[in-house]
Amino acid sequence: MTAVVTRASRRAPRPRSGRVPWILLVPAVAGVLFLVLPFAGMLLRAPWPAMGARVTDPDVVAALWLSLSTATAATAVSLLFGVPLAWLLARTEFPGRRLVRALVTVPLVIPPVVGGVALLMVLGRNGVIGRYLDAWFGLTLPFTSAAVVIAQVFVAMPFLVISVEGALRGADRRYEEAAATLGASRVTIFARVTLPMVLPGIAAGAVLCWARALGEFGATITFAGNFPGTTQTMPLAVYMAMQRDPEAAVVLSLVLLLVSLAVLATLRERWVRAA
Amino acid sequence: MRPPERASGTRSGASVPASTAGPALDAELRLRRGDFTLDVALTAEPGEVLALLGPNGAGKSSALRALAGLAPLAGGHVFVDGSDETTTAVEHRPIGMVFQDYLLFEHLSALDNVAFGPRCQGAARAEARSRAAELLDHMDLADHARARPRELSGGQAQRVALARALAVRPRLLLLDEPMAALDASTRIDVRARLRRLLEDFDGVTVLVTHDPLDAMVLADRIAVVESGRVVQRGEPAEVARRPRTSYVARLVGLNLFRGEGAGEVVELADPAPGGRVRVSVREPCRGPALVAFPPRAVALYPEHPHGSTRNVWRLTVDGIERFGDQVRVHLLGPPSLAADITPAALAELGLSRGDTVWAGVKASEVECYPG
Repeated sequence: MTAVVTRASRRAPRPRSGRVPWILLVPAVAGVLFLVLPFAGMLLRAPWPAMGARVTDPDVVAALWLSLSTATAATAVSLLFGVPLAWLLARTEFPGRRLVRALVTVPLVIPPVVGGVALLMVLGRNGVIGRYLDAWFGLTLPFTSAAVVIAQVFVAMPFLVISVEGALRGADRRYEEAAATLGASRVTIFARVTLPMVLPGIAAGAVLCWARALGEFGATITFAGNFPGTTQTMPLAVYMAMQRDPEAAVVLSLVLLLVSLAVLATLRERWVRAA
Repeated sequence: MRPPERASGTRSGASVPASTAGPALDAELRLRRGDFTLDVALTAEPGEVLALLGPNGAGKSSALRALAGLAPLAGGHVFVDGSDETTTAVEHRPIGMVFQDYLLFEHLSALDNVAFGPRCQGAARAEARSRAAELLDHMDLADHARARPRELSGGQAQRVALARALAVRPRLLLLDEPMAALDASTRIDVRARLRRLLEDFDGVTVLVTHDPLDAMVLADRIAVVESGRVVQRGEPAEVARRPRTSYVARLVGLNLFRGEGAGEVVELADPAPGGRVRVSVREPCRGPALVAFPPRAVALYPEHPHGSTRNVWRLTVDGIERFGDQVRVHLLGPPSLAADITPAALAELGLSRGDTVWAGVKASEVECYPG
């Protein structure tokens, strides 16, 4: 009798929902394996004994530092321009709004290398704008750390814009109306009502943007080049290492993997959970 | 509630004194949304609470949004205290608005929600907060000033929303279904409290509701809105006693008929195939008339009743439902009407759908007024 009672109290009675159909389960498991196995392989092939020495190698440290700082700078720039742009797309009606929206998303679909070429055509020393930057201010962007940031902003900002615009469209606009009836101007409404409401969306967009910037390769190598210390970010360093020393490439990849996972996990804890 | 003097030029820029001749609110609102058109004229005196009562989709909320400037007008005007606010931007109108689900800012405390308006009007932080604290105190919410909106009960949230709307010192207070978000058990208290708070307000209040009880308790005057038009205006007692449309009659629980008065008898308009129906009424009336009597004035008999009852009809039972401690019997006519009888009487009559029964109404129970 008691046994029956304990059993009943231990397991709440729940209607059976049946097994997961194999036709869905098998592809799902295969998908997970496909995504996880490469990392497992990398861990297996890593030169663990030599790890300490390799990780503290000045070139590795420099590449890592460059990657983290440029990705963060690119995210900051993207926030600065992307959030107002998302607001404009979500909250105003102007002729050509749909076209602007389509243009903003172009960097999402074109190969980053093409983006790099385009940037070079515009901001390069002989580019449409770059030539005046050079002539008037003595400013040459290509092959500098600034160019790395520009390349990253170009490919990563659309992620931020799209995600913030989605958050803005999902936010209840009646709160903004309520603020207006209280005498708030549009700027005040944006700063004190809209922004706090869509903060989780902005955080998610910023994380996405940062991750994309950190992984940027094509546009960077095309527009900024591959100079250790100034423009050689981690992905570029991995690629270069692969040519001459695959073991070094594995080490660099692991470092990049761990650092980005750590940063994303921390941000997720702090922002996404709080929201 | 509000300091006696309104800071001049804080909103709307108009320095019209409160004691301008003419109504404090004079609005004519015309707007179009697809096939729906709204065309209502509203006026109110200072301190008056005007209720817009009507079914869902009648355009009440649209009218309120138009007063606030949140919905663009296709035509008409909005004058508040004699100054033309028709084209004034929302943020510059002398209004305060309480929304249906209050829309308190979740990321701000109750105090900062109330201080939001004064801050937008340029008050210093400390000044805005002290005004907010004063208002919350007046609404018995001093203990909840630090609370986040989600920690408040429905009634408390409503008062915070009201305090927030009053903090901008509006001349026109707009309440959109202020009771709709509350559960039934708290409604009576909250309604009574809201009434007391509204009595302190010396500007015009326009209240939108679909609940006749809210309108009766809270409003000084009622405008019934149906399909974008005002179909009846009057004081609550007047509207409750003499409804002018079947919608209002149903709301206030009366049987209502339209007809032609010929002295002490009114001949009902458009009777069903059954032929002419005449109703004897309490006081003579002539010309187009409305005839109303409460369902509880209707008695049901298995046989044609003998005695003084003047109005007797043979009707068919269409449906029976519980109604409080009574039973409401819906009868198909002519005239089609509702009768409230006791469960015991129902048992005695043994009625079910499709049965025929005699219904009698004394002339003294029948109210007749010009239609």
